[in-house]
Amino acid sequence: MSDDVWILGIYMTKFGKYPDRDTVDLAAEAVLAALKDGGVSMKDMGVLAAGCLMGGGGIAQQIQKQIGQTGIPAYNVSNACATGATALKTAIMTVKSGEADFGLAVGVEKLAGAGLLGGAGKSAKAGSTWTPQGRYGEVMDTEGRVGTSGMPGTFAQIGMEYLHTYGSTSFDVFARISEKNHSHSTLNPLAAYTKAMSLDEIKNDIMIAYPNTRPMCSANCDGAAAAVVVSDAKLKTLSLEQQRRAIKVSASVLTTDPYEEACQVLPNVNTLTRNAAKIAYERAGIGPEDLDLVELHDCFATAELVHYDNLMLCEEGGAVEFFESGATWRTGTTPVNVSGGLESKGHPIAATGIANIWEICHHLRGEAGPRQIEGAKVGLAHVIGLGSACGIHVLERSGL
Amino acid sequence: MSNLIPFVDYLVLGDHPHLVANECTACGARFFDRRNACAGCSGTEFHKVDVATEGEITSFTVVTFAAPGVPVPFVSAIVDCAGTSVRSNIIHVEPTPDDVSLGMKVALATYSLGLDENGVEAIGFGFQPA
Ligand SMILES: [Zn+2]
Repeated sequence: MSDDVWILGIYMTKFGKYPDRDTVDLAAEAVLAALKDGGVSMKDMGVLAAGCLMGGGGIAQQIQKQIGQTGIPAYNVSNACATGATALKTAIMTVKSGEADFGLAVGVEKLAGAGLLGGAGKSAKAGSTWTPQGRYGEVMDTEGRVGTSGMPGTFAQIGMEYLHTYGSTSFDVFARISEKNHSHSTLNPLAAYTKAMSLDEIKNDIMIAYPNTRPMCSANCDGAAAAVVVSDAKLKTLSLEQQRRAIKVSASVLTTDPYEEACQVLPNVNTLTRNAAKIAYERAGIGPEDLDLVELHDCFATAELVHYDNLMLCEEGGAVEFFESGATWRTGTTPVNVSGGLESKGHPIAATGIANIWEICHHLRGEAGPRQIEGAKVGLAHVIGLGSACGIHVLERSGL
Repeated sequence: MSNLIPFVDYLVLGDHPHLVANECTACGARFFDRRNACAGCSGTEFHKVDVATEGEITSFTVVTFAAPGVPVPFVSAIVDCAGTSVRSNIIHVEPTPDDVSLGMKVALATYSLGLDENGVEAIGFGFQPA
């Protein structure tokens, strides 16, 4: 017996538009299917952790009221785009602590048609006298007047900063990353968008924040994902088939950003990701070269580039070259976002941090059909929520 | 000059407009907002320091699509002012990627944001090509 925790059942809904279903409907579909996938029921669960970032709160109890009020502890978690990963980690920690044999995590979001998120949205104050407000003593909304803190502009600057730091002028690299992810999405029936896009189509689409055009931004959509986790001891009492399909959680890591110069001026998504990756590799006893596939947080094409480096998939400063080598295409040495990534699969925020785990598990179980990465044994799922929180899970197949 | 008000309280107006930061006495970390303590070392003593008015663009974007009420397009940039990073618009340029570049030298400039009903003029800042 070890203190390993395993993913026993997991499920993601198709991402897309569900005008006739609410968040509880989507979450219930995901939870019931994840339980079925694991061959267990709500009565077995010892803990529930749930997230719905844009919801009003209390999503865990709303789900329980529809599918099973068993009296177990429930955690409503909120951690920006890392909400799903945080919910999963909460369930894992509870099982690891010995408080429960089985845990359940679910993330759900309805975002179809939500438009731009974060940072922007407050219109200029129409007050009749200038009155300093807030921690900067601003007399008017700062967005667009003191640069941007909106998501598209922030992540655009994060990518541009990388090019500046390493002296690259390869501004096209971001559109080519997007081309890759849209190409990958054609094999994923659960993605919100499954159309391949040419480089020209991507570059000539509506510019949101240079260099990111619309198809280079994560797609707002609806969706849910859920996972059932189990202790090593309990798993050994289950059927051989359950043990064979179980996926080992070799590392479950959550970090926030340590203070560095400029990190409160432009969010630094690099250091906390690098820190999480270091811890994850150490706990899992593997290195980046051992990864058969990676799902990383391409909330914008510019973000994917910097995370090649942050996750140490390439040499420091070598992300552009690494991408240009073809390494991150599904035929490459380190396939990245074979699901299509957030740019095409979609980004129902709280679901994302479990849906990326579902993608990895799907391959590790050998159940990914036409998009299967052959012989996949170990994968990594990464999310980052601006603010910031980074979640990394390293997953390994059982070997049975 | 009570008929002028800075757009943010870390902008100092006058003959030589410049930005001021709250510098942590213990570790030297600089912040532009009102502080409870230092994010770097948790120290609680701060003093005001003037920030260099010239710098270099280390990153930028041209925001062309934003929420209602946000004036687009605009150039947002991070400017390295002698070791202190500042977020700012780049002003007095065409808001296109052709007119702004990584590493470009820029200098602080101010501009009017209009009058309120008491005739007080709000003054904003940006950086312009040096
Ligand atoms: Zn300090």
